[in-house]
Amino acid sequence: MNSKTLMYILKRVALAALTVWVVITITFFVSRAVPGGPFMGEKAISEAAQKALEAKYGLDKPVFEQYTTYLMDILTKFDFGPSLKQRGQDVVDIIGRGLKVSVKLGLSAAVIAAVCGIVMGSTAALKRNSVLDRCIMVFSTACVSMPSFIMGSFLLLIFALKLGWLPANGTTASGLILPIITLSLSPMANITRLTRSSMLDVLGQDYIRTAKAKGVSGMKIIFKHALKNALIPVITYVGPMLAYIVTGSLVVEKIFAVNGIGRSFVGSITDRDYPLIMGTTIVLASLIVIMNLVSDILYKVVDPRINLE
Amino acid sequence: MNLKKLSMHPDLDCFAPATEAEKEYMVQMRPSTTFFKDGVKRLKKNPVAMVSFFVIVLITLSSIFLPFFWPYSYDAQLGVSPGKPVDASYANLGPFEYGRTEEARMEAGEKIFPHIFGTDQFGRDYFIRVVYGARISLAVGFFASLIVLVIGLTIGSIAGYCGGKVDLVIMRIVDIIYSLPDMLMVILLSTVLKDALAPIIEGTILMKLGTNMISLFIVFGLLYWVSMSRQIRGQILSLREQEYVLAAQATGAPGKWIILKHLLPNCISVVVISTALQIPSAIFTESYLSFLGLGVNAPMPSLGSLASDALNGMNSYPERLVIPAIVISLIVLSLNLFGDGLRDAFDPKLNG
Repeated sequence: MNSKTLMYILKRVALAALTVWVVITITFFVSRAVPGGPFMGEKAISEAAQKALEAKYGLDKPVFEQYTTYLMDILTKFDFGPSLKQRGQDVVDIIGRGLKVSVKLGLSAAVIAAVCGIVMGSTAALKRNSVLDRCIMVFSTACVSMPSFIMGSFLLLIFALKLGWLPANGTTASGLILPIITLSLSPMANITRLTRSSMLDVLGQDYIRTAKAKGVSGMKIIFKHALKNALIPVITYVGPMLAYIVTGSLVVEKIFAVNGIGRSFVGSITDRDYPLIMGTTIVLASLIVIMNLVSDILYKVVDPRINLE
Repeated sequence: MNLKKLSMHPDLDCFAPATEAEKEYMVQMRPSTTFFKDGVKRLKKNPVAMVSFFVIVLITLSSIFLPFFWPYSYDAQLGVSPGKPVDASYANLGPFEYGRTEEARMEAGEKIFPHIFGTDQFGRDYFIRVVYGARISLAVGFFASLIVLVIGLTIGSIAGYCGGKVDLVIMRIVDIIYSLPDMLMVILLSTVLKDALAPIIEGTILMKLGTNMISLFIVFGLLYWVSMSRQIRGQILSLREQEYVLAAQATGAPGKWIILKHLLPNCISVVVISTALQIPSAIFTESYLSFLGLGVNAPMPSLGSLASDALNGMNSYPERLVIPAIVISLIVLSLNLFGDGLRDAFDPKLNG
C-alpha cells in the first residue's frame, strides 16, 4: 500500500466521521425545532411537572450546552436518553434488542442476494442473448422497479394468505423466510445486472483470449480469470445494498410484524417518540456511512488500477 | 502555359460551368440534422423506449383528463346523502357490483355507470381514486424533479464555472450530503416538518397541499440536488476549457452570460437525462413515505397510500392492493426504461 492509497483512506475516513457528526447535529437541532420540545407528552401536564421534566433532562440549559452534552453522551456512552412512550426504557436498549433481529434479517438477505445475484449474473453473461439470459434480465428488471413494500405485500398475500405455505407473522424462525426473500429480491436483481455487465466486459479482454489460446479449460477461465475480475465493480454495490436493506427493512418489518429495529422506528414515527426516532436515525445512518466507507476503501485496495483522484 | 502561373491574368478554365458529374457531387444526399433531431431519430429506433413513452403518455393523459368526465368523485362517499341514514351497501363493493339503490334504479331501466374496481370501505369509487392517486404521484414526481433540477443546475454551474475555493467548498458540502443516508433523512425531516410546519401554513393556500407534501418537497430541495449538481459541474468543467469560452471571455462577456449562453445549452442532454431518471425515484420516495403514513393528507389518495390502506383488508379485497401496486410499478418501470432510452439516444458517449 503506497502513500497515495493511505492518503485516500484517511480522506475517506475523515469524510465519514464528518458525515456522522452532521447526522447527529441535524437530528439534534431538528428535534429542538419541534413545537413544544422533544419531551412533549400527549396529555397536558402541569407547569411544575413540565419544569421538573425540563430540569431532569437538562432542557433548561442553553442550547449549545445541551448540544455538547447530547453529542458527548452519544459518542462516549451510546446514551440516547430514555424513550418517551415506552416508560422506563432507554432508547439504546430498545435499539439493541431490535438490532439483534434486524441484523439477522439483513445479513441473510444480503448473503442470499449476493450469492444468487452473482450466479445469475454470470450465467446470463456466459449464455449471452440466449432465452435464459432474457429471462434473467426480465426478472431482474421487474424486481428493480417494484418498491419493497409492494413486493412484501404481494409475497404475503400469495404465500401466506392464499397458499398458506409460510406464516404471515415474522416473530418465529420460519416466519422470517418471507421477509428475507422480500428484502433480498431487489439487491439480487441489481447484483445480477452489475455482474452481467462487468462479466461481459471482462470476457472481451485480451487476457481471456490469451488464456483460451493457451488451452486453459473453460471452467478455469471462468473462475480463475473472469469471475475474480468481474466481481470488483460489485464491491461498490455493498454500500448502497446495505442502505437499501436498512430502509427496506423499515416497511418489511411493518408488513410482516417482525420485532426488529425497523418496526420500532416506524412505531416511533407514528407515536412521535422523538428520542427513539433520533437514536434509530443516528445508529442506522452511521451503519450505512461506515459500510459505504468500507466498500469504497475495499474497492480501491482490491483494484490498484483505479485512479485515486 | 507554365508562364501563366506567375502572371496576374486569371485562368479562364477555373471559371468554366460545372459539369453534371461535378454537380452530382455537391448535391445534399439528405438534410443535415441537428443534435436534437439526431437524438430523436435514435430514440424512435428503440422499441422499448417508445413503448414506455406511450405508456407514460397514456397514464399521464388519463390521470389528468379522466376525472373531468368520470361520474364519481374521489372523495364522495356514495352511500352517504344528506338527511338519510348511511347506506352500508355501497361500502366494500367488488368490481362491477352496485349499491342497493343503484340496483333498484337499474331495474327501473336506468343506466348506471359501473364501479370498475368496486368501492373502498367508505363507499368511494375505487377506480377514480386510483386515477387520482396516479395523478398525485406523477405530479409529486414531476415537481420534485423540477425543484431538484433548478437547485442542482444553479449550484452545479456556479461550482463548475467559478472553480477554486468556491468549487472546493461547494463540493465538500455536496460530498457530505451525498453520503448522508437519504431515506432516513427524508423520514426524519418529514416527521419533524409535519409538526413544525402545521402552525406556519395554517390558513394559507399551502394548507390544502398538506404538510407532508410540502415537507417532501423541502426535503427533495435540501438533499436530492447533489447528484444533479455533480454531473452539471463535471460537464461544465470540461466545457470551460473549450476555445469558444475563451473567445467569449476575451471579448468581455460577463460570467453570467457565459454560463447561460454557452455552457448550460451544452449540458442540456445531461440535464434532461438525469431529470427523466429523477422522476421515478421521486415517485418511489413518495409512495414509500405514504406507506409509512408520512405521505399525502386524507382524503387525497396517492398510489402509495392506497396500497398502504389496502394492507388491512388484504385477505378479503386483494384487488385493492394489486391495482395501485401494478400502476406504481408500471409508472416507475416505464419512466426508468424511457430514461435509459433517452440516455442511449442523446448521450452516445456514455455508452462507450
